[in-house]
Amino acid sequence: MEMTAAEVFFQQVVNGLSNGMIIALIALGYTMVYGIVELINWAHGDLFMLGAFFALTLVGIFGVTEASGMGATGTIVVLLFSSALFCGTFNYAVDWVAYRPLRKAPKLTLLVTAIGISFIFVNIGLFWGGLPMEVFGGGNSAAAPKDFPPLVPAQALFGNEEKVHVSVRDGLVFGVTVPLMIALWWLVRHTKLGTAMRAVAQNPTAASLMGINVDRVIGATFFIGGALGGFASVVYSLYNNTISFQMGFRAGMDAFTAAVLGGIGSLPGAVLGGLLIGLTRSMSDQYLETQWTNTIVFAILILILVFRPSGLLGLRAKEKV
Amino acid sequence: MSLLSVENLRAGYGAIDVLHGISIDVRKGEIVSLIGANGAGKTSTLMCISRVNRLRGGRIAFNGTDITPLPAHQVVKLGLAHVPEGRRIFPRLTVRENLEMGAFLRNDRDGIAKDMEDVFTLFPVLKERLAQLGGTLSGGEQQMLAIGRALMSRPTMLMMDEPSMGIAPLLVARIFDAVRELRSRGMTILLVEQNARAALKFSDRGYVLETGNVVLSDTGAALLASPRVREAYLGE
Repeated sequence: MEMTAAEVFFQQVVNGLSNGMIIALIALGYTMVYGIVELINWAHGDLFMLGAFFALTLVGIFGVTEASGMGATGTIVVLLFSSALFCGTFNYAVDWVAYRPLRKAPKLTLLVTAIGISFIFVNIGLFWGGLPMEVFGGGNSAAAPKDFPPLVPAQALFGNEEKVHVSVRDGLVFGVTVPLMIALWWLVRHTKLGTAMRAVAQNPTAASLMGINVDRVIGATFFIGGALGGFASVVYSLYNNTISFQMGFRAGMDAFTAAVLGGIGSLPGAVLGGLLIGLTRSMSDQYLETQWTNTIVFAILILILVFRPSGLLGLRAKEKV
Repeated sequence: MSLLSVENLRAGYGAIDVLHGISIDVRKGEIVSLIGANGAGKTSTLMCISRVNRLRGGRIAFNGTDITPLPAHQVVKLGLAHVPEGRRIFPRLTVRENLEMGAFLRNDRDGIAKDMEDVFTLFPVLKERLAQLGGTLSGGEQQMLAIGRALMSRPTMLMMDEPSMGIAPLLVARIFDAVRELRSRGMTILLVEQNARAALKFSDRGYVLETGNVVLSDTGAALLASPRVREAYLGE
């Protein structure tokens, strides 16, 4: 079935938006943590990778392969929430052990620590992939990419007559990411915890004078940001069916670029940035060549940092002191 | 019996000691002023009392509780609120959210709503600005918000650091009116003020700080009359 130029374009829009929503979910974790402790959490992409390994481990333990129907839905929900809990807890623990003692240290110290954590995570991923489980290839090649079983079919969501293919997987991506983003928005805007998070971000000393336990609020932020990465890792794995211990780097760079593009610290900015990076990637894959795609994403990052460091939706005005 | 008792407070930054053993007492219902030149240690004293700054020695007790070992976020729970220097309102929270954060530790919805109305009777302009971001208020309005926010914790004692700093004279008068109004409601107040004359006029007692030491303490009226104070702080 030959596609017209317009159909090819719209197909790439669909692909770009789906990948963009996954990137956006990861970007939210960067931007939340940056917003509250001004840390570029270098390890966030690798935390996302560990979430995928955790999910695949569960798949292996429970022997899930190609479930379908209601069983698959339940399995996916369990995977999503388990991985979110795992990543959230892990991120919280890392904050507690590594970043909390550095609250008053220069921001560069924090960043270097995060880079160190990233190395640790990547090596945990490498070790994990070498575990003698069937889902990891029996532990024969720790570094090899791992197959993630196709629990969600790639079939068309609206029937096969449509030339632009919107698959059940695209539906999964939006079905998971959109409600999470709405929930996050509601949490940050309309709950006491969310208001406290914003207060701590704006003036931690004043927040502590209000009786807010600043360390606990920062910990909650790490938990939520990590959990979003965990959700993203399962969606990514189901969408792409392959995971690797190195996948955190590219996912992390895409998401970091998205966060910076949208305006780091801004939640709507992270979503907008994620969608733009997703679309950029799919258009570049289609109309240039795939090997140029990473270059283009990095070029966007550099251009934004040079010409508009506050991003598209970031704060520009300095507030009165 | 004193509500706040600070004994031999010592504190500093890095190699430098800023406070060399400050002792202060505030009794229930009093307004007490700390006056002194810039760098005398007034703000450091308040920041130590609210446990934001670390101590190098001494003991602080509030309402019979030794608060020396507590973290800052546990002090306000005991009824001691702090309106910090430079106001430190949350610039990107609305006025309402700022006030709600003042009541962070409370869960009594009705009580919070009632206390918010009380803040509006004290500072009516805040009610008009409820949905505005804190950072868009004028300096004087921000000071009112900072005081209102502190009151939302329903404190028994208020520490105020330079409430008149950088504010238009008309609003300064309004803020001092509010301080007097709070006192008439029975609030205990520890006030740091650059405008020593105005502060001492309505203070029961005052302490004069010089380079991290208390050099003089007396009733407000006596300090106003003291030649040393008149010469050094009242510009006479």
